[in-house]
Amino acid sequence: MAKGFKKIDLDRRKFLLTATSVTGAIGVSAMSVPFVSSMFPSEKAKAAGSAVEFNTNLVNPGEMKTTEWRGQPVWILNRSEKMLKTLDNITNLADPSLEVTSQQPKYCQNATRSIKPNVLVVVGICTHLGCSPSPKLTEKGDMGNEWEGGFYCACHGSRFDLSGRVHKGSPAPTNLVVPPHKYVGDNNIVIGEDQEEKS
Amino acid sequence: MANIEHDKSTGLFGWIDERFPLSSFIKNHLTEYYAPKNFNFWYFFGALALFVFVMQILTGIFLTMHYKPSASEAFASVEYIMRDVSFGWLIRYMHSTGSSLFFVVIYLHMFRGLMYGSYKKPRELLWLFGVLIFLLLMAEAFFGYLLPWGQMSYWGAQVIVNLFATIPFIGPDLAEWVRGDYLVSDATLNRFFAFHVIALPLALAGLIFGHLIALHEVGSNNPDGVDIKQFKDKKTGIPLDGIPFHPYYTVKDLIGLSVFLIVFASIVFFAPEMGGYFLEHNNFVPANPLVTPDHIAPVWYFTPYYSILRAVPPILGSQFPGVAAMGLAVMIFFLVPWLDKSPVRSIRYKGILYKKWLTAFVVSFFVLGYLGTEPSNVWGQFSSIIPLIGGGDIATFVARIFTIIYFLFFILMPIYSKKDQTKEVPKRVTMP
Repeated sequence: MAKGFKKIDLDRRKFLLTATSVTGAIGVSAMSVPFVSSMFPSEKAKAAGSAVEFNTNLVNPGEMKTTEWRGQPVWILNRSEKMLKTLDNITNLADPSLEVTSQQPKYCQNATRSIKPNVLVVVGICTHLGCSPSPKLTEKGDMGNEWEGGFYCACHGSRFDLSGRVHKGSPAPTNLVVPPHKYVGDNNIVIGEDQEEKS
Repeated sequence: MANIEHDKSTGLFGWIDERFPLSSFIKNHLTEYYAPKNFNFWYFFGALALFVFVMQILTGIFLTMHYKPSASEAFASVEYIMRDVSFGWLIRYMHSTGSSLFFVVIYLHMFRGLMYGSYKKPRELLWLFGVLIFLLLMAEAFFGYLLPWGQMSYWGAQVIVNLFATIPFIGPDLAEWVRGDYLVSDATLNRFFAFHVIALPLALAGLIFGHLIALHEVGSNNPDGVDIKQFKDKKTGIPLDGIPFHPYYTVKDLIGLSVFLIVFASIVFFAPEMGGYFLEHNNFVPANPLVTPDHIAPVWYFTPYYSILRAVPPILGSQFPGVAAMGLAVMIFFLVPWLDKSPVRSIRYKGILYKKWLTAFVVSFFVLGYLGTEPSNVWGQFSSIIPLIGGGDIATFVARIFTIIYFLFFILMPIYSKKDQTKEVPKRVTMP
């Protein structure tokens, strides 16, 4: 055996092996961060998905307009006094008291699911399989005599009331989503940004 | 080899081994693949080349997720990757730096082969695989360089595709066929993309596999050029001068890899354009078929060959001789195993003639490489009173001299390698 050649120190070898492997593993996982994050929405996609503005003056009482946010239809429904009254009378709702809180922001966790009672802002995508329901705002008509006004999804027959709450027995499991939105001034809403909480 | 019954593994390994030769594969190629124990740092570059290849594939996949191979969108999509995609700048700089360092590593790997005679019997086929990989790698780099659709991409591709047009008779039709149009256009970009991301990487992967299989069949050469299979342990049949590739060379290669990554990261983070050598300044201008940049030069790793192309004067009004010389300059590597008549492999035991010629070859490679990055009037003109060469570009003249030296290294090899005064090769490998 050559001079200065010591006996193999197995403990030392094991320590070095573990230290090298751990360091290597940390390095590889750190290196995976840029690759994984490159697949998330880019700055361009984020900019395209940023907030959109809408002037609620454009919608007369009893009417509805559609705008686009993140490529999805967002409905702005200006509910008349009469429409608001019907909301209390509907009995066959799956989740009338909004127990599934993910479907609306905190500040819309109220009887009308809105910031201003008359202005409903809701994503026009059925919570069943993602079709866009049709507005059937007036009562009765082709929806039958029991119909109080609301939305009807032609794909699988889900029904929603004028607050986007789902009827019992619909295939859709939850109420329509109220997107984050806030008022800038009296009549301009910004869809995609949360209203600051009032203290 | 002693015929030892392999101990049967149990558990998951056992389950796999009954269905797939996993353990024997690991043994044959890693833990019981015996490499000479006297490897020096020159033996890092093969493993590094494999590492860079894998890295180029990985970064390439992620770039493909955002890149658009269309003349109207390509340039903007690269800028989009640089600015908007999270860490897109890093992935792209890794890919662009990786391509340059791929060639650095490959050139050093080839030089190692020339130094230690790694192409000599029985490693001729191993060498042929390698030259083929080198050729395809050049094609891969060329196709990839068009993709950013900058001015250099465009005019570089224009010039190279027009080389095909100089081939007698079929040239013009061939160039049109390659481009798919009368000029470099959207059609060209789209097909170059297909070659760059799937055709050539797939072929390269296959050739690298063949290169490794051939290597493991004949065994690695070493700085002494000694055949370690001559002296085996009588009991085990293991070469006395061999050590298992794993763990000895895997761990050693990790050190090489660490040094490589320090260099690599320094370039990626601090000098990704490398002063215009890795990413040329003109390529930050979108391709414009109507305006040619003042000075067109390929990326540095092509410049020795580009110099040869420019150095050869047109004959009978045809540029073809230059194109042929350039092609020959690469292809001639195929012949090396049969040009070298020396009885010894390694430069350590070759005589002074080979050392001189190899030095001359390396010098000419560097000079040609430098001249290829500059316009041919970089050193001005000869005074017009000198006969014959008066008025000509000095740089072109120098390039011609070194082109001749480049070729003479190969052409005269059968003569000087035979005449050379070789030293006696030791029986066993030597350790420093």
